[in-house]
Amino acid sequence: MADPREPRAPSPASGRANGNVPARAAGEPAERSFQVLGKPLRRVDALGKVTGETRFADDLAMPGMLYMKLVRSTVPHARILGIDTRKALAQDGVRAVLTGESFPLPFGILPVSQDEHALCLDKVRFVGDPVAAVVATDELTAEEAARLVEVRYEPLATIGSPEEALRVAEPRIHSYGDGGNLHKAVALDFGDVPAALAGADFVVEDHFFYQGNTHLPLEQHATLAYLGTDGRLTIASSTQTPHYLHRAAAKVLELPASRIRIIAPPQGGGFGGKTDPFGHEIVAAKAALITGRPVKIALTREEVFYCHRGRHPVLLRMRTGVDRSGRIVGHSVESLLDGGAYGSYGVASTFYTGALETVTYQMPRYQFRGCRTFTNKPPCGPKRGHGTPQPRFGLEVQIDKICERLGRDPADWRIENAVAPDSLTANWLKIRTIGLVPCLQAVVEASGWKSRFRKLGRGRGLGIAASSYLCGAGLPIYWNQMPHSGVQLLLDRSGSVTAFCGASEVGQGSDNVLAVLVAEVLGIDILDVKVVTGDTALGPVDLGSYSSRVTLMMGNAAVEAAQRARERLAEAVAERLDVAVEHVGFGRGRVFDVGDPDRGMSFADAVQLAEAKGGTVGTVGSYRPAKSPGRFKGAGVGPSPSYSYSAAVVEVEVDEQTGIVHVEKVWVAHDIGRALNPVLVRGQIEGSVYMGLGEALMEEQAFRRLPPRLSRALVHQTPSMLEYKSLASRDMPEVESILIENPEPNGPFGAKEVGQGPLLPIPPAVANAVYDAIRVRVDEVPITPEKVLAALRSPARRYGPASFPHVPWPEPLIVPPPWEGGDGNAINEPGWREQRERQREEAAKP
Amino acid sequence: MNAPLVPLTVAPREKLRLAFTVNEEARDVVVASYKTLLEVLREDLGLTGTKHGCELGECGACAVILDGELVLSCLVAAMECQGRCTTTVEGLREGPRLHPLQDAFADHGAAQCGYGTPGMLLAAKSLLERTPDPSRDQIAEALSGQICRCTGYAQIFDAVAAAARMMRGEPAPAPHLPSVQRGGSDGRPT
Amino acid sequence: MMRLPRFRYLAPSSLSEATAALADLGPGAQVLAGGTDLFPNMKRRQQTPGTVIALRGIATLGARSVDPVRGLTLGALTHLSAIEHDRAIAAAWPALSRAASLVATPPIRNMGTLGGNLCLDTRCSYYDQSHEWRTAIGYCMKKDGDTCWVAPSSPRCWAVSSSDTAPVLCALGAEVTLVSLAGERRIAASELFADDGIHYLTRRPDEILTEIHVPAPAEGERSAYVKLRRRGSFDFPVLGVAVAARLGAGGAVEAARIFVGGTGSRPHEARSAAELLIGRVLDDDAIREAAGVIAQIAKPLQNTDFSLGWRKTVAREYAARALRELVPGEGGSVRHISMDS
Repeated sequence: MADPREPRAPSPASGRANGNVPARAAGEPAERSFQVLGKPLRRVDALGKVTGETRFADDLAMPGMLYMKLVRSTVPHARILGIDTRKALAQDGVRAVLTGESFPLPFGILPVSQDEHALCLDKVRFVGDPVAAVVATDELTAEEAARLVEVRYEPLATIGSPEEALRVAEPRIHSYGDGGNLHKAVALDFGDVPAALAGADFVVEDHFFYQGNTHLPLEQHATLAYLGTDGRLTIASSTQTPHYLHRAAAKVLELPASRIRIIAPPQGGGFGGKTDPFGHEIVAAKAALITGRPVKIALTREEVFYCHRGRHPVLLRMRTGVDRSGRIVGHSVESLLDGGAYGSYGVASTFYTGALETVTYQMPRYQFRGCRTFTNKPPCGPKRGHGTPQPRFGLEVQIDKICERLGRDPADWRIENAVAPDSLTANWLKIRTIGLVPCLQAVVEASGWKSRFRKLGRGRGLGIAASSYLCGAGLPIYWNQMPHSGVQLLLDRSGSVTAFCGASEVGQGSDNVLAVLVAEVLGIDILDVKVVTGDTALGPVDLGSYSSRVTLMMGNAAVEAAQRARERLAEAVAERLDVAVEHVGFGRGRVFDVGDPDRGMSFADAVQLAEAKGGTVGTVGSYRPAKSPGRFKGAGVGPSPSYSYSAAVVEVEVDEQTGIVHVEKVWVAHDIGRALNPVLVRGQIEGSVYMGLGEALMEEQAFRRLPPRLSRALVHQTPSMLEYKSLASRDMPEVESILIENPEPNGPFGAKEVGQGPLLPIPPAVANAVYDAIRVRVDEVPITPEKVLAALRSPARRYGPASFPHVPWPEPLIVPPPWEGGDGNAINEPGWREQRERQREEAAKP
Repeated sequence: MNAPLVPLTVAPREKLRLAFTVNEEARDVVVASYKTLLEVLREDLGLTGTKHGCELGECGACAVILDGELVLSCLVAAMECQGRCTTTVEGLREGPRLHPLQDAFADHGAAQCGYGTPGMLLAAKSLLERTPDPSRDQIAEALSGQICRCTGYAQIFDAVAAAARMMRGEPAPAPHLPSVQRGGSDGRPT
Repeated sequence: MMRLPRFRYLAPSSLSEATAALADLGPGAQVLAGGTDLFPNMKRRQQTPGTVIALRGIATLGARSVDPVRGLTLGALTHLSAIEHDRAIAAAWPALSRAASLVATPPIRNMGTLGGNLCLDTRCSYYDQSHEWRTAIGYCMKKDGDTCWVAPSSPRCWAVSSSDTAPVLCALGAEVTLVSLAGERRIAASELFADDGIHYLTRRPDEILTEIHVPAPAEGERSAYVKLRRRGSFDFPVLGVAVAARLGAGGAVEAARIFVGGTGSRPHEARSAAELLIGRVLDDDAIREAAGVIAQIAKPLQNTDFSLGWRKTVAREYAARALRELVPGEGGSVRHISMDS
């Protein structure tokens, strides 16, 4: 494997130097030479989508297929005393009933929180926790029989909120974690922030709350499991992470992974909701093993709300010290996450509520405290922006307040304080290219900001915000030295190229990225590239569609594989044309002498020549990010090969009689590095804006507790498409999208992510626009009419949380920033563990 | 019980023999009597192009055209389809040629994950049959029963408007692209 | 996938067959019109009729007679979209047209019928949930349980009348025909509803609502409907204000009827507000006063979208907007929470 620290994607500059980009007329700028890259071409999987022929997981059916239904807990927290399955088993058509006994081994997406069972073993932790599964000849029979499964519970007290979790140590929802019902508490100090705040000209302190919300992909999760004729247990499932499902299934089913095949068909949206391995996938597989028949489960919409893994509700306390010139001297974030009933990605989510705070504006000292609690609600996890929209909302609103106090234009302030390219942040993140300033300038210009901000009159306002996101996480979920993504190419004599990769197409267009990059390098049409993805038996591992990693990581692997194929062909063609290898060009389906483009052959002939010369033409490429400079415990969350940047201006009209906020228009600019397909990029940006507006205005994963004297119930308030409010076609404002292209050396042909970043500036820009319109602060999302009216009527002209509860923080790790003599290590790490133990013991004392 | 004069009666556990027209072809199937049109299309006829996102009439993914009207197949009992005509996404294209709406959806990025696309296409077809030159507002209204979580709708509106033009015999418009500005890291004011 | 339970299906081809079947089967049978209310409820097992009696084979129930002079007669199976797109209805009864156009979504309006919308089951966030969800709260008074979780000490159910057309038809002075084996009766639309979340209709279980009659608008009569909901489509009203008034030559109100929907178990009449307007021109003062009175009628509970306090607070504003639409030359659009116009 090549040194992962060396970016191997060709930058345009290196392309010009070594002839690695397709042929073009001399003197033509690199951008114009691309044949498929950057073109608004129809995506390779469009035909299946517009004809309805794309087979999503629930579209798969097999002869003799059985249907499975889950029995889910109807109590929020209880010990399971017994499960009587006899009545269900006695029903006509029922083939099997499974319970937790069949799945003694736990699993979970993170190695540090293997806390789920495919079916609950001894206790249930939220309403909707799967307890048993019924397998029958048709789904209605399975459903009817599922209602006959009798579960006896011994109820336990419930934890409904993080505040309650901090207060109530017993009963514990889980027996692991940082004590009581605390899942994880972390503390990191990058420089002495209290001293910085003490020396600041002024300190702004705010509390924010970001409500939880869910992904709501239109496709409900579905799984078909069967025993393949190849002897493999095959699990076709709507999963964004077939590789991690592969590992979890092998572990829980106690089968060699080589005898399990995971297929991830294209998905009807994911947004992070299908990135955990789920119990129902493993149970369906077990049912197929037991019955010897294909077993299908398709979740109802309500069950999708129970799978959740969505945005954590987060309470934030933020303090920022500012000096006379308006510069930040120190910034402090405390976050309290409502994790729900299981770990999921929660430890990473906790770190993410602090990790990217530093990558937009210069912040010489930074302190982070994060705490995730367990509650008796569906588990939270990663949703588009994973853990970062919440602190981003707080930071961008706080900056608006700081600028108000400074009398500064908040757009100008952001531009002046933007971090520098090729720099390190206080928390040791390596920043490479930055498009933040041009993003801000673009939305300022497009929205007429300078002549309209603070000048639109009562009821109408403009707000601005900016943000940044990862282009893939720097580290894999489980520790290993292997690539994060691999691509394998097979070049056929016909001139067709098959690209194999384990990546999962969730709708974002990753199949198209693969085809475009391979086609561009080899100078062929994208339709001559057949992509085979989302199948652990057919392609090298790609870690999955999460953390906006696929374009960059799979893309770099694809480019490497294609370059190697190109070399094989060039060698053979150079020999035939009797020119130097460097003089062989690729383009328009031909391989030719760049000095005399008429001398050459078709791409298919070139493949045949290479095959004759050196045997079957197949190549591989892989990608692993470079190591990050942070060395402290917790430094694994935040590093990325590149960061994308976004900025947005939102215009609102606020009705002061009702508090209703109408978003009139959104201008959004995104630092894309290079757009591989502008139509798809636009779709990702507008889709992100859509989801950001939903979170800003109405989406809420809210829960309801019945009066405790009458009931122990703790239920999801709105587990339906109708009552979980998401914007429909008439609710969406006009969006003007602007791309900032500045090729990123670490990205394939310079590309960065676009699937998540543009969501981030939207909620704070809405909040800031509401302030511009009516001069009230709503320091939480969603910004509902109720909250706007309450703010209008409050003396403080504000709505939002007022305090942050006491959290038993561990002793902070002290990591000096690069400019304070640090080396990326924590200087107090050795004694830290013992000290934490002492603190735990003290916390446990009555 | 006095047996009333009822021509069609299906008891709970009986199978239903359903003869109807799907995409201009006569179909005759025996199905479980509790099934909806959605279930019959997907499970008994193998026409999985029709999707489902809630089965309660709250998302629009299962929309099909039934006797010329856009309906939600999840809320139509199979028994109510006897002798009727339905069009699903599989019936849109004419032979190898895509329907202009399908071409436009493909070219304008209107199908992202593609899961809601069949319902969107049929809702759009239903609109264009009555309103060949719809305004942006009419398009938004016609699609107001179809939830899309991917696109933010704008590219779908573009595609419907483009298809309308194609169906009126006008040239197909190019997809609307974001404006592009070069520059970045070094674009900071100096 | 959510599926219908097993049920027996009857498809009578005449009204007499239908009423005979209904008389035979009693409350164990449910009448099916468009299915957009009954089928979701059956899938969630809120309603589990042994027999479903489908009306769609009864041709007379789809009849429509639109006459601005003699009045409007609509068969119960008239689709909401047919009302929405009928220009003659929009001209003479704009509030009805508007209400029909604001129901749910276009495909739901293509399927849903006027009779079905009038008989729409009352709604509640503790009731419109799956069987499993309702098991988790120990059920509620409206189905399988004893407690109304909206008001646990209350002896009654507080599920909400969520029809858009019901308050409008009440305000327009419409009547409905109910037919049973025993005969037929015609009652005021406002008498169709009862103030109870469970027994929300005065229709007897053996009766079928067959026709809706709306009187011709009198000279100078205007009507309006304003709906409050979260989004520009899909959502049921959390407040619906229907107003109809006859304005004299000088713009003074000669007669008025005002009904509020979406906040109680039936559309509630704001009679005192209507009386307050008699003889007055619809100026800002009159509108403000009347709106205040209308808002008092709206007594929302915490069982729909939005908080109860906010719904109470904005009721006056929305009532005022409905009244303002009556002012000749006004008639503005009402925007929903997002971009609807």
